Amino acid sequence: MKKMFTLMLCLVMACTLLLTGCGGGTETTATLRIYNWGDYIDDQVLADFRAEHPEINVIYDMFDSNEAMLAKLEGGAEYDILFPSDYMIEKLIAEDMVQELDLDRIEGLENLSPSFMNMAFDPENKYSIPYMWGTVGILYNTTMVKEPVESWDILWDEKYSGQIVMYDSVRDSMGVALKRMGESVNTTDTAKLEAAINSLKEQKPLVMAYMMDNAKSTMINGGAAMAVVYSGDAIFCMGENEELAYAVPKEGSNVWVDGIVITNSCQGENLDAAYTFLSYLCEAEVAKANSEYIGYATPNAAALELMDESVKNDAAYNPPQEVLERCEVYLDLGENEAIYARYWEEFKAN
Amino acid sequence: MKRSYFAAPYLLWMSLFILVPLGIIVYYAMTAVSPDGSFVFTLENLVKAFDPLYMGILGRSVYLALIATILCLLIGYPVALILTSKNFKKGSLIVILFVLPMWMNFLLRTYALINILDSGGVMHQFLGLFGIENPKLLYNSFAIILGLVYNYLPFMILPIHSAMSKIDGGLIEAAEDLGANSWNVFRRVRFPLSLPGVISGITMVFMPAVTTFAVSRLLGGSNFMMYGDVIENQFFFMRDWHFGATLSLVMMILMLASSFLFRKYQGDDDGGVLW
Repeated sequence: MKKMFTLMLCLVMACTLLLTGCGGGTETTATLRIYNWGDYIDDQVLADFRAEHPEINVIYDMFDSNEAMLAKLEGGAEYDILFPSDYMIEKLIAEDMVQELDLDRIEGLENLSPSFMNMAFDPENKYSIPYMWGTVGILYNTTMVKEPVESWDILWDEKYSGQIVMYDSVRDSMGVALKRMGESVNTTDTAKLEAAINSLKEQKPLVMAYMMDNAKSTMINGGAAMAVVYSGDAIFCMGENEELAYAVPKEGSNVWVDGIVITNSCQGENLDAAYTFLSYLCEAEVAKANSEYIGYATPNAAALELMDESVKNDAAYNPPQEVLERCEVYLDLGENEAIYARYWEEFKAN
Repeated sequence: MKRSYFAAPYLLWMSLFILVPLGIIVYYAMTAVSPDGSFVFTLENLVKAFDPLYMGILGRSVYLALIATILCLLIGYPVALILTSKNFKKGSLIVILFVLPMWMNFLLRTYALINILDSGGVMHQFLGLFGIENPKLLYNSFAIILGLVYNYLPFMILPIHSAMSKIDGGLIEAAEDLGANSWNVFRRVRFPLSLPGVISGITMVFMPAVTTFAVSRLLGGSNFMMYGDVIENQFFFMRDWHFGATLSLVMMILMLASSFLFRKYQGDDDGGVLW
């Protein structure tokens, strides 16, 4: 569903590109090739930026997963600005594909909340600034789940057999199992991973399905009692169905941050344009518009100040600091990715 | 001379989009990345592809596809028979009705099937009338097989129908004149002559069914992997193009082998073959 939408959006974008390409007499002096997630910026923000900076020729492309983005870059595609997630930023740094930022050149950097600076994947923000963030938690239907949702254990409760939806990815499913045992979501200790995969195997008979995007429609339609989802998706679902609620379990969870990086190939005038764009995205009003459009939380404290009280106090959108302290970001597994994948294949084989 | 000239666009197409990619797959399957970044020849991937883990997944894919193929045959053959019977003048209209679903995108049909089978969906309400409460229709092997049959049934009916339409009516009349009853006409004349269509139908259903991954993910709820899922996993999550290519190669060899096997039984007369 989302892919269809993304595709249509691409078509519309392509058309606008063509149109803007024909009209206007201003000479463009710089080109900015942006590679972002599908549906991950307010169209108006992009249009305003183009209008304010006619000298910058903005080329905007979209991807649907970090892995697809990396595959395209490795295939030789060149971009100036990327919007990768935490662990992918770490990987891009390790593979020397992104350049060090000159933070002094980003106006409005002080708007960003310190909670999302200096994250483990880029300790001094040498290469990235945060763009959006959120948590992973349990979205549940209050008509089917009468008890408070406090612990990951509820996903192992036989009462809800056949009504549980897990997230169909290695990191997220393993992350849930590891957090339930009180371990780090980034562990590479095979004994701990073995225990985690065993607890997932034990849980499997209770699970209705392992889903990604389709979990949203299932939850909205009341097709399952609870699902492991990303907070942004949870907010969307709760807007569609009032019976739904979202909780981040007490054992902690994954907090994810999507950042903005500048690639190595961005130089000269294009680099100036890239800093202009980064500064633009840090403006409070712009960050607010993006956050409202996408539905994910902004790390921009000044933008948050501008938002409605109801949004600011929404625990799903803006969880309290103590919840955040229990969460950790995914780090790049490097070589150990193969171990996770092997466990997952074995898990899915039976 | 002239004929080969007309074939040029297809030859170009074939070499660009079939032969070259095939070559790349074989090349990737037979190589691995050495520590200094260059590709070296190895059979390691091939050995790994025969790991019981992947063989088990392959076995399940073949098993589910086989069941779906048999069901398609059991449902499709009588339909084709009825469509070609001489009492059925509106045959071509009905054929169009069978082809009609194929005009809609495969993924959309599968999404529609989710809504039909989902709890609260039409099927649940319908079965509820008969006192069957909360049947488990979605996210299991049953749903996968149903999805496969639903999507691939036309590919079974059409070649059989086409083979049957080509049967010379004189042969059937001759059999009747010689005293064969309708069962014997079917057994001795119609059925043997429709076999090329059956073989073609089986191939056209079985092959795409083995390689499917969208159906297993959407209707099977990703509860277990099919072979197509494993291949996709190698390319996107593991980014191990070499092993992904090896698994694809194993799949292609399996397809080729079954294709030759079917051809053998098909004989020389390829009357009902669509490809």
